[in-house]
Amino acid sequence: MRLDRPDRNHTDLDQGAMIEVLIDGHFGYAGTADLSAEGLKRALDRAIEATRAASKKRVFRFTTEERPNARGEYRSIRQKNLDETSLAEITDCLMAASKAMSISDTIANRVASAMIIQTQTDFFSTSGAEIRQNFDLVNIDFAATAVRGSESQTRTYSKMGQWGGEVFEKDFFVAEAERTAKEALELIEAENCPEGKFDLLLYPDQMILQIHESIGHPLEIDRILGDERNYAGWSFVKPEDFGRLQYGSPLMNVTFDPTQPHEFASYAFDDSGNPATKEFLIKDGILLRGLGSLESQRRSQLLGVANYRSSSWNRAPIDRMANINLEPGALSLEELVSQMKRGVIMKTNRSWSIDDYRNKFQFGCEYGQWVEDGRIVKTVKNPNYRGITVDFWNRLVGVGNADLVETLGSPYCGKGEPNQVIRVGHSSPPCLFREVEVFGGHA
Amino acid sequence: MTHKSEFTHHLRRYFQRASEALFKELRSGEELTLSLKAEDQLYVRFNGNLVRQNTNVEQINLTLGYQGGGRTVSQSTTVSGNADRDIPHLLHLLNACREEARVLPSDPYQVPFQNNGESYNEFQGELPPVDQLFDEITAPAAGLDLAGLFAGGASIRANRNSHGQDHWFATETFFMDYSLYDGPRAAKGVYAGAQWNSTDWAANLARTREQLQLLSLPQQNIKPGRYRTYLAPGAVSELLSILSWGGFSASAWKHGYCPFKKLAEGEAKLSPLFTLKENFSLGLCPRFNSMGEVAPETLTLIENGELREFLVSSKTAKEYGLKSNAAERSESPRSPEIAAGSIDEKQILREIGTGLYLSNLHYLNWSDHMSARITGMTRYACFWVENGEIAGPIKDLRFDESMYEALGSKLVGLTSTSEIEPAVGTYDIRSVGGVRVPGMLIDDFTFTL
Repeated sequence: MRLDRPDRNHTDLDQGAMIEVLIDGHFGYAGTADLSAEGLKRALDRAIEATRAASKKRVFRFTTEERPNARGEYRSIRQKNLDETSLAEITDCLMAASKAMSISDTIANRVASAMIIQTQTDFFSTSGAEIRQNFDLVNIDFAATAVRGSESQTRTYSKMGQWGGEVFEKDFFVAEAERTAKEALELIEAENCPEGKFDLLLYPDQMILQIHESIGHPLEIDRILGDERNYAGWSFVKPEDFGRLQYGSPLMNVTFDPTQPHEFASYAFDDSGNPATKEFLIKDGILLRGLGSLESQRRSQLLGVANYRSSSWNRAPIDRMANINLEPGALSLEELVSQMKRGVIMKTNRSWSIDDYRNKFQFGCEYGQWVEDGRIVKTVKNPNYRGITVDFWNRLVGVGNADLVETLGSPYCGKGEPNQVIRVGHSSPPCLFREVEVFGGHA
Repeated sequence: MTHKSEFTHHLRRYFQRASEALFKELRSGEELTLSLKAEDQLYVRFNGNLVRQNTNVEQINLTLGYQGGGRTVSQSTTVSGNADRDIPHLLHLLNACREEARVLPSDPYQVPFQNNGESYNEFQGELPPVDQLFDEITAPAAGLDLAGLFAGGASIRANRNSHGQDHWFATETFFMDYSLYDGPRAAKGVYAGAQWNSTDWAANLARTREQLQLLSLPQQNIKPGRYRTYLAPGAVSELLSILSWGGFSASAWKHGYCPFKKLAEGEAKLSPLFTLKENFSLGLCPRFNSMGEVAPETLTLIENGELREFLVSSKTAKEYGLKSNAAERSESPRSPEIAAGSIDEKQILREIGTGLYLSNLHYLNWSDHMSARITGMTRYACFWVENGEIAGPIKDLRFDESMYEALGSKLVGLTSTSEIEPAVGTYDIRSVGGVRVPGMLIDDFTFTL
């Protein structure tokens, strides 16, 4: 809904099969949407023809050990089936949110949208694996844009995860939409974020981006092995860094955890049939383990995780993030803010850019607050910061407690050749960093 | 050599049959547009001049755009390509559209479907047979650390509606999008076309290899600051890609998101050297959009630094009383061309004098919409130039610069020759299209990290 009117109503039904063959130590693939016996046979023949030819130039000799003989099922935890939630109920909630954002003529644009995804994957292999996984996913977004003269400021809200129809509660939509619009109005009145080296308190809805770009991607073992070099890039992390590199301060504990109920990228098995378990990637600031599937583990001889994932039936699996979470610390929000002499609180990512080795980053947020002597003084607009990954994480001086953890993620993590976009989950409490390069917008 | 015309010819007949089966089921007051996206591609990923993964993908996707009772609903689905099996499923989706339309509020800005004419464009290509392809690609690169993606096969876009509109666009092309590495140093190349030619591929590799050899010069330690900077066409193409994200969109302007708001409202101008147009005569993608609306063959967006026209979809046009120019809903350019200038590319090092030569950029994003500021990284073959000669490669630098300045008072000039950069995107389905851009010389370009 946009400005209380329907903007787009779309349903996408995507179904197909990916055939994987192993010939002379090389895995190759053919995908088809023709699920008849003859369609599957044609895809199999094509997979065999191309894979036999390609195997003479294979990058590594794999075996069936990279395809475990696993059996099992998974289903998202939800209270109400999504297909029992009517389009009318959803539209009603979105309309209420759109109207709730209409708090001033200065709010020139109001958008409320919901994306509901139901996915079933069936995995069968000649190794004996037989896995069925059913996912129910909801992604709700609000955006309010305040415009005054040539200035505009947008504030957004997102909720995403493995949920059912229970999330479509009108009171909740109205409350979050109102807050979103009020903060957009606050921003249009606000001063620019100051420039300098300041303490920086990142809220969970910015921490997830910081985790994603500067921990998740550089730890993907296929990147470290060079598979991704022509697209998203390589990694500053070297194989010899595992077990040694002081990635961040001792307060930094990061896990790969696809077992979290309701998190966006939870599952029981990856797309090679490998059972998924929680693993520490970074413990007390030390890098321990990479994001590498059984294939990447065999190639690199590094510890990995169950993260071989395809975006859909038409793409072969590659090393991906799933849920990458920063584990909570001990501090309350008041304790975190009280540690800031001069600093900025930043909420909700709006701009992101990092180099192809995942070192030099610059991120921008929607909403900032200026803090002096442990007290929030004012709202500031256009807050940005930049840094270099390992240096930045070693500036971590405060981690919020478990009550402050928020679980979010993204439906749109891009990677791979051919390109794939996949959902990832991230959770984090607010985190405090010392002496970071911060700056605002320009007139 | 092989070609994929069997897939294309089959789909032409299939699409006509499926659409007619749907149109004849429409009731009074109902209209339907059927859009087709399909491909039969072989994708091969390389690492170290070896094959990491090979994937054949045959996929056919249909989108039903339904209008009835002032409501608009769309349903997309993958289909098998067997009309007998698919038509009952498509009729079921038509009924689903009707049911959804019943519960939606009416859309005051609905643009009624109409007959936007007919067009037919089909281009055949020739690719190496699969049993020769891997040798064809890797043999000339023997001894090189090559990483990249080959994609080759048929791509189809088509559109029919219940008013008789009928557009068909089918191509058989390939691209080899690759990087050559020497340790951490890398140079980028793309070889693309409709007819695979071993000699051309070897020559393309040789040019990229020459650039890689230049990277073995001593690395230059360049600190953040402002430098005279040349963006080669590969870098300009990246810049244009991010500019296209809201920069030329009428709805982004009306909704308050457009970074060129000041340009639109006459508060700012770009350099008189900068001209940008949509140019469908490049033949890289169809002129019709997913609604089947046909864009003008050329459409000037910015002329000599002044905004002439935003891209306007028919929905935006209806809502804001503007004139549509058959843009997609996203209102991003589909076949953009930046006009060439007068700088002789062969003299570019002399023109730089002392400054930076950037072959490519990476991971660009708007850092401040209101001042049209973009941040991003240098990537691949990027050099420090001193007194008109390459001194050596640089370590990656981050830039953060307002486009009002970079394409305004800081723009020194553009090269007299342009290059076509083919689309190499493959999210969900291989993209069609590309851009045509010259190189760009900019004074005092701002690097921050």
